[in-house]
Amino acid sequence: MENPYMPYPVRIDDIQIATEDKSLKTFKFIFLNEGDEEKFAYHAGQFAELSIPGVGEIPIGIASSPVEKGFVKFTVFRTGVVTSHLHNMKVGDIMGIRGPLGNWYPWDKLENKNVVIIGGGFAFTTLRSSIVYMLDPANRSKFKNIDVVYGARSPGMLLYREELFEWEKRDDINMHITVDGTDDPDWKYHTGFVPQVVEQNAPKADEDTYAIICGPPIMIKFTQPSLTQLGYKPDQIIMSLENRMKCGIGMCGRCNIGKELVCKDGPVFTLDEINQTPKEY
Amino acid sequence: MKFITIDKKDWAKGIDKSRRTYQLFGPVKDENGCKIKELDTGLVPDMDYHESVMSAKSVLFPQSETLLTASLNESVEDHHIMKRAENAYTPRAVLGIRPYDAKAILLVKMNFDTKDYRDPYWCDAYEATTLVGLGITRPGPFDFSTSVGCGPFCEDGLDILMADLDDHYLAKVLTPKGEAYAVACGFDAAADDKESQALFDILRKEAEKNIASSVETDKLKEKVLLDLHEAPFWDEVAFSCINCGTCTYVCPTCWCFDIQDETKQKESSRFRNWDTCMSPLFTRHATGHNPRGVKVQRVRQRFMHKLKYFLDKYDQGIMCVGCGRCVKSCPVNIDIREVCQTMNTYEKKD
Repeated sequence: MENPYMPYPVRIDDIQIATEDKSLKTFKFIFLNEGDEEKFAYHAGQFAELSIPGVGEIPIGIASSPVEKGFVKFTVFRTGVVTSHLHNMKVGDIMGIRGPLGNWYPWDKLENKNVVIIGGGFAFTTLRSSIVYMLDPANRSKFKNIDVVYGARSPGMLLYREELFEWEKRDDINMHITVDGTDDPDWKYHTGFVPQVVEQNAPKADEDTYAIICGPPIMIKFTQPSLTQLGYKPDQIIMSLENRMKCGIGMCGRCNIGKELVCKDGPVFTLDEINQTPKEY
Repeated sequence: MKFITIDKKDWAKGIDKSRRTYQLFGPVKDENGCKIKELDTGLVPDMDYHESVMSAKSVLFPQSETLLTASLNESVEDHHIMKRAENAYTPRAVLGIRPYDAKAILLVKMNFDTKDYRDPYWCDAYEATTLVGLGITRPGPFDFSTSVGCGPFCEDGLDILMADLDDHYLAKVLTPKGEAYAVACGFDAAADDKESQALFDILRKEAEKNIASSVETDKLKEKVLLDLHEAPFWDEVAFSCINCGTCTYVCPTCWCFDIQDETKQKESSRFRNWDTCMSPLFTRHATGHNPRGVKVQRVRQRFMHKLKYFLDKYDQGIMCVGCGRCVKSCPVNIDIREVCQTMNTYEKKD
């Protein structure tokens, strides 16, 4: 077994500003050593530790999709010591990636089901990975209807805008894009908070429909009642949690909710599972 | 398994001989009490000690340990590429370790050596370590080890268990590692196995009789996790706590750690330090949100982890060996025995 603390060396290949306020950037990494990309084989919904020698590590959801080859992508919000340092790094710089870590959205269980994806703000990274995965020609037939509700404060704060608008044009995915508010007279999508857009646009629950939610705690809190009203049972609501992490491999002890470790037993749990643990997230 | 006798006159000479191949650790007294330290040449372990302030966990899990290093000097070819720190894992023996500290190492092993991941630093140290225990004949007032699946002559985790018999030690060699250590010391005076075992049994029973305190853990398993978590007694348990973290540092089974990076000129290192669930920083998100931001949440976390989460997760008993260090060291007299009793007898009111 390999040293689970050892990151794979990577080179920053591209940096894109992701939101109009410049608080988020998308980093594209290329593995330096041949074979490491294969070792890093991941599923949509997993995360990794971005590892900067001398600065530290941060657990970040993987935004690229398993069907995209040759690189991995992460979208990072500038907030602490490591993320601030990363935002100041340049294309060509060398750093590390450790992972993939944690579990993933239950793709086996979701086969032949309708999938409703609900995201808010910058918690759309692993959801992007999931959508790209599901829309891949090799995978699309495995799923029934796909609905996406994604909201941000303003149009400029939506992540992956070009892709969103492209998905909008397709007929094999129902996009419900929303913003809290905008002064753009040409804005042709929804205006309003995610919970109400969910209530008005998401399909009603049946045995074959599952919802995946990822967003800030306040959005999750107010979206749950909307889903319950639409008939979703706790085991049909799938969520991805975040907690402070260090090791990412279930050893350092801080990210637990009860006996479950968010880094190793999660980050993906059903609401049913979460209801049986202390709300320490 | 076999027994040998070690004349105390030969003890120091024998362990000195083992230094050729082993790095030695053992109890040493200083102005701050007794600690398990590396025994430099000439230093002999204090075998008459009662209790050590700190446990032996640091031999495998140092308070601070370098994991990885990297050069940040861009003129070096492999700059910014991390490498495993060059820690030496030479054979080492811990002399006079108490049985509860050896048992604790087995509990900690469940965290660091799992089916999914293996912590190479802890595991390599574990592989390199031989544990030479000394049975406890005069248990202290805080010792409640017998009621948590351990005890003064418990053999779990040990390679050799010795009994102090005035002018000599009677040693039970339990594993090949123990045998190799006895050979390295030149201890080879065989004792009669049957007689020796009978003597060990008597000593164990005598010692166990002298353990005055105990806890009951029999009902913890059947309690509903969320019922215990939401029980009304946590405010009272946590009331006097000052979140100093002493209980977590002295505990032989507390394994939580932090990972930090440090840079000195162009050399960077990533290391881990003991951490404590008593600190608000332990769980604080970068946004400032903190799932255990209030003291009572942290105190509850520590006891729930030891007495319920660990039990439910592994079904191997509680994460406590009954050494009593946290009870003795707590500046505000929080007593895990009382908390355990409260949890064990708690009935949720409808």
